[in-house]
Amino acid sequence: MTHAGNRARRHGRRAGTLRSLPRLRGRGRPIEASRVVVRLLLVLTFGLGLAAFSPGIASAEGEQVAGTLQTSRSGPIEGIAVTVTTAAGEDVDEVETDEDGRWSVDLPGPGQYTVAIDADDLPDGVELAGEASRTVTVDEGRRQAVIIGLEDGSRGSGGGTVKAVQLLVDGIRFGLLIAMAAVGLSLIFGTTGLTNFAHGELVTIGAVAAWYINVSGGVNLIVATILAMIVGAAVGALNELGLWRPLRRRGTGLIAALVVSIGLSLLLRYLIQIVYGGRSSPYQGFQGGRAVNYGFFTMTNADLASVIISVVVLVLVAVMLQRTKIGKAMRAVADNRDLAASSGIDVNRVILVVWMMGGALAALGGVLLGLSDQVQWDMGFRLLLLMFAGVTLGGLGTAYGALVGSLIVGVFVQMSTLVIPNDVKYVGGLLLLIVILVIRPQGILGSRARIG
Amino acid sequence: MADLLNALAVAGKSALGFQAIFFALLAIGINVQFGYAGLLNFGQIAFALLGGFGIAISVSQWGLPFWVGVLVGLLAAVVLALLLGLPTLRLRADYLAIATIATAEGLRLLFRSVSATPVTNGTRGLSAFNGDFIALAPWNTSQRYSILGTSWSGGELWVALVGWILVILGSLLVFLLMRSPWGRVVKSIREDEDAVRALGKNVYVYKMQALVLGGVFGALGGMVYAVGTGSAVPDQYQNANTFLAYAALILGGAARVLGPVVGAMILLFILQFADTGLRLLISNGIIPEDLLSSTDVAQIRFVLVGLGLMLLLIFRPQGIFGDRREVMLDAR
Repeated sequence: MTHAGNRARRHGRRAGTLRSLPRLRGRGRPIEASRVVVRLLLVLTFGLGLAAFSPGIASAEGEQVAGTLQTSRSGPIEGIAVTVTTAAGEDVDEVETDEDGRWSVDLPGPGQYTVAIDADDLPDGVELAGEASRTVTVDEGRRQAVIIGLEDGSRGSGGGTVKAVQLLVDGIRFGLLIAMAAVGLSLIFGTTGLTNFAHGELVTIGAVAAWYINVSGGVNLIVATILAMIVGAAVGALNELGLWRPLRRRGTGLIAALVVSIGLSLLLRYLIQIVYGGRSSPYQGFQGGRAVNYGFFTMTNADLASVIISVVVLVLVAVMLQRTKIGKAMRAVADNRDLAASSGIDVNRVILVVWMMGGALAALGGVLLGLSDQVQWDMGFRLLLLMFAGVTLGGLGTAYGALVGSLIVGVFVQMSTLVIPNDVKYVGGLLLLIVILVIRPQGILGSRARIG
Repeated sequence: MADLLNALAVAGKSALGFQAIFFALLAIGINVQFGYAGLLNFGQIAFALLGGFGIAISVSQWGLPFWVGVLVGLLAAVVLALLLGLPTLRLRADYLAIATIATAEGLRLLFRSVSATPVTNGTRGLSAFNGDFIALAPWNTSQRYSILGTSWSGGELWVALVGWILVILGSLLVFLLMRSPWGRVVKSIREDEDAVRALGKNVYVYKMQALVLGGVFGALGGMVYAVGTGSAVPDQYQNANTFLAYAALILGGAARVLGPVVGAMILLFILQFADTGLRLLISNGIIPEDLLSSTDVAQIRFVLVGLGLMLLLIFRPQGIFGDRREVMLDAR
């Protein structure tokens, strides 16, 4: 809550909080405290509700090895024979991959197993990246994923420009996705001053909710996504009503609020891991379609849909911010909260709407991320750091800054794989963040007054 | 009853073992940065990673003596603190927070990546680098010793002894520093940066010194952990550990010399007791396996820490020993 030229006010406010503390302790606090407890309990019951939502995940009986054969160009590969043998060389089973490229074999018990595929059956253009067989150790009660590397010529080969264009397109898709998740983060910061470290969990909750509705519930992914967005908006509203509004009312400092958001992030992240598990799994029905060739680049239909959805949603958000009453109110509150309040804007209502919108957008971002990278319990946290990079690059607290910054970060992260290995590409994004802080800490669209 | 006693003994051991020392040292570092100077370092685990890998890489990859490895680790931590501080210490507090958490995650990803495998051995990590240190123990390290119903190996005891001496020396240093003029300046920076600047002090330099000092404590913590486990694996240095250390600090009381130490012991006691207790309840069938399986118990500790962190900050930000007026939570 540091606005330009507000230093005097800030100091006045701080002194005021100190002086009013004893009074708070005397009267207002017990009621306030019990309210917070009740609301925390609400959050917890929500978590437990999710736990009840997941039948049969934790109680997988017996050991299994499973995997998927697919490449981005060929899509899932059907009808490949997979042979599983024990360490002693005895055959356990032989299966063929189904139309989604998936296979799984039940095992007699824990131990070492060798999984092999028949490389001659692979379709044209697809080759083994390494060995045709893999030895894995399966723990008791575990479903062990086995990855057999396949090469379809989409990586490594091809001319430099073609690859760069491909990465640029991937980067734009990824950047739009980050932007969608980050708009809420930036607006929440702008309107309340809170650096919300639990925003990544809104992304994960969206993705996981959609996964349960889609895979366990057997609902079409589009419907599941809309439901997940409603869940996201509800979680956002719960965040604001149950935690942040009471905290603001009792005058919790911004740094305390920041550490509370870290606590919330840990709590939610590991609750999600307990409920959902440590695996990563895809959505049903939309998994790894065949990539379509557009000349300079290829793209699966799911990715294309992801780009279109992101663009449409972001344009809608921009129109809303620019044209509608609530959008203007949001920008007004983000710009100067006190002035907005004295102009008759109901600041708390605006903040609630920002939280709900942020939650819904983060949930949608989560689903789209789950579509391209599968659903994982810590996907949101990993995205959070890139969101921060994007939001900081664009300028903390501005909605359009988040958009521009996220796009740049997304493109940068994907394009950086031209020179650095794929598994350290996030490091490049995080380095970019630190470089921005050196050169232009207020970001591209931010104002100097916010930062120091 | 015997189960309960056993759980208490196991929890007591972990409150005294090298893990408690690890968190105590991390928290002492955070105390210097956050408690006294008001700097939000959310990447303390990165310093620990550099400390641990400083020894591991020097000894098992480069064949240097153990103590040179310690120096390498400390030096790496100082360099990291300078690199992080240079751009962010002039900015508002949350910029340092974002930069540090990003660096911690980035470094871990880098250390576990395939391209770093020749140096860090990737996700499998390094081992067999603590032999020189364990050999210094004045007692037989291959034997097991029984203390108060818990069994310790000679090596564990030695690491714990040296670790606690480090913790005591560190606390003493912090105590002396905070009574010195330097400490008074640092504390006043926490209270009001502009006032300190008006008095002609170079706030930036003081902040940087606090950041470096805290980072060195973090590196020491990482070394104790690496030597204690006998291995350095990048994924041991998950950033959630930073927040465990924050929880320990806030539980004990920030801006108090012994706050982080007591906080770390209590926190580890609670976590280990909850861990053993839950496992017992699950194996006895009191908690049905469908609700919570024993593999989930490891995650429960983070859920508890997250919840505890929230509740502490909302209801008792000064922790057990702290002074509410001294806790830097109201500011900017």
